Amino acid sequence: MFETLTQKLDTVLHKLRGQGRISETNIAESLREVRLALLDADVNIQVVKDFIDTVQKKSLGQEVITSLSPGQLIVKIIYDELVKLLGTEKEEIQFSTTPPSIIMVVGLQGSGKTTFSGKLANLLKSKGKNPLLVAADTYRPAAIDQLETLGKTIDVPVFTNRKEKPLSIAKQSIDHARSTMRDVVIIDTAGRLAIDEEMMQEVESIKKSVQPDEILFVVDAMIGQDAVTTAKIFNERINFDGVVLTKLDGDTRGGAALSIRSIVQKPIKFIGVGEKLDALELFYPERMASRILGMGDIVSLVEKAQEKVDKEKAEKLEKKLQKSEFTLEDFYDQLQEIKKMGPISQLMGMIPGMSKVQLPSDADEKSFKSVEAIIQSMTLEERQKPNIINGSRRKRIAMGSGTNIQEVNQLLKQFSDMQKLLRNAGKGKNLGKMFAQQFKK
Amino acid sequence: MGFFDALKFSKLKEGLNKTRENLVSSITKLISATGKIDENFLEQLEEIFIRADVGAEATQTIIENIKKKVKEVRYETQEELQTIIREQLASIFVPNKYEEEPLTIPEGIKPYVIMVVGVNGAGKTTTIGKLANRYKEAGKEVFIGAADTFRAAANEQLEVWAQRAGVKIIQQKQGSDPAAVAFDTVQSAQSKNADVVIIDTAGRLHTKTHLMEELKKIKRAIQKSHSTAPHEILLVLDSTTGQNALQQAKLFNEVVGVTGLILTKLDGTAKGGIVFAVSRLINVPVRYIGVGEQMDDLQPFNSKKFVEALFSSSS
Repeated sequence: MFETLTQKLDTVLHKLRGQGRISETNIAESLREVRLALLDADVNIQVVKDFIDTVQKKSLGQEVITSLSPGQLIVKIIYDELVKLLGTEKEEIQFSTTPPSIIMVVGLQGSGKTTFSGKLANLLKSKGKNPLLVAADTYRPAAIDQLETLGKTIDVPVFTNRKEKPLSIAKQSIDHARSTMRDVVIIDTAGRLAIDEEMMQEVESIKKSVQPDEILFVVDAMIGQDAVTTAKIFNERINFDGVVLTKLDGDTRGGAALSIRSIVQKPIKFIGVGEKLDALELFYPERMASRILGMGDIVSLVEKAQEKVDKEKAEKLEKKLQKSEFTLEDFYDQLQEIKKMGPISQLMGMIPGMSKVQLPSDADEKSFKSVEAIIQSMTLEERQKPNIINGSRRKRIAMGSGTNIQEVNQLLKQFSDMQKLLRNAGKGKNLGKMFAQQFKK
Repeated sequence: MGFFDALKFSKLKEGLNKTRENLVSSITKLISATGKIDENFLEQLEEIFIRADVGAEATQTIIENIKKKVKEVRYETQEELQTIIREQLASIFVPNKYEEEPLTIPEGIKPYVIMVVGVNGAGKTTTIGKLANRYKEAGKEVFIGAADTFRAAANEQLEVWAQRAGVKIIQQKQGSDPAAVAFDTVQSAQSKNADVVIIDTAGRLHTKTHLMEELKKIKRAIQKSHSTAPHEILLVLDSTTGQNALQQAKLFNEVVGVTGLILTKLDGTAKGGIVFAVSRLINVPVRYIGVGEQMDDLQPFNSKKFVEALFSSSS
């Protein structure tokens, strides 16, 4: 039904194929598609504009690798840029050195503060903390009951005082935590509109009075353009430390994550992914970037792009094989590629030649390490022309690689066997093509 | 005289003024600044719509329509241009049969059964409290069915609203079968000769297939207890929601058949522009808007006034 961004881009950029570089004119149309995709994902329009500018600057002049379509290349640039913007560092909750640590949870109505508070308490409890939940939402009917029920479910005490105002509940809760040996206090505050002056003053005064170690701003991942306005005002008033995105178990693209991150420069610390009390996860920028750009298809695209890069290398290799130019240097490169692909024991059999030359049958990363080390200890010339490696060179290589002469001899023997085999194959059947074929899938 | 003035909504005036300055007056400013339709004008208009969460696709359609219209109809003054744009916007909405009092009970239907659905945190329970209050004040006998048996303390929340409105509430304990609650509510309303039944359902993300199946079951249970019910299925949308509202509307509509929309939390900075696209997508009218947390903060939706809000000046 809906075209994915990649499909759209590929159509737009079809005509780009064969053009050597990304230029201002040939990128314009594709950036319009990117813009639409981001707007559809609810990324704030100002953020979209800035982002597109950055991507354009980064893309201009980039060489279009023959194996990647320009569309894929641009998506890759966008994806990388998105991940960077969403934050690469792992973000954790700040705990106080003198317990109790105080965490305050704030946000708009219906964003999921109470459920999050319960989930956080559950998570901290599983990590050996002794949390205390504090019900300080005295406005919404039955909000206190809701937290009390959640507390019972996860077996975490809930402090409240139905006769008091939120500020005094918060204050009292700290003393209560001290006297009951609770080391983390999670204060669930009432939902409030950013423009509700009275309510914003209240949350400011709670902050001032309890001096939280961490203030978390909870936001519904389905929020639209208003995300920025709201986050900005909350941030100006109470300077929160981190963001929690809730309801990400739906199909929202969650552009708000990007908007908030880029406008208020605060990290996203948790995401809520379900109604169960253990449905709380840490935030992964890569996943979020894929999602904003249109769910899973970007991940597979980037993977495909990677595959193609590998294919390009394999094709180069194929040519070399046909010309019998396969050197130890190529062998080394090949090992690196193979290592990327997964467990070596599974992969060895797939590679024609390799299985016949009998690398250790229990080939694993370790045995590859010594092979790598041996090749690394050779000079460039030795790698190109292994036949110049005489006795003294062998000794040097063995010492340099921390192996022994036998192992060096074994490798050289295996390599020369392999070369012979490849040469024969190159003349007759197109082994090289088979080789390359293996890398396509 | 803007939209919110018409609603006599002055409590958050300060905030709303801010809203107006930032966004709401932008179209008027834009028109007086440029006065004619050119690429630059359309681009800026587009941005205003995007900022209001109208969505990229719907925005393009609206802009295309405006372009077509101004070619057909010559406009002389800025006011005329404004009128053209306004009409184009308002025409997107599916008209309400009774705009002044949207959910007027048709002759001979008793009880009139309303089922309320939506994602978590959209404001279903609050809306139901206000809706019950409206009917109660109109002299109707109202029954509320607490079929959100999932969320912790949902019953308690609804109970508070029922008390405030002075209406009857039918409930079972948390975790019980919501379809059974719905069935019981309609049954007892029938036996007590009540006028209106409002069934609250648990918030659910539209992507959760099993929960959507449950919703079907609730609807079937209502049908079983009253052959023509439910008479109205309202989807509650949070006005801060972005483009995901389209998916919500599409799936809820596919599963239970939505007959009307309620747009909540319009008292904040969010514009709720997504209703343009939603109303167009599933072809149902917007019935009410929620503009606050008080009992009487549920207002009939008026498309002209809603569009007016996008134009109103900051005076």
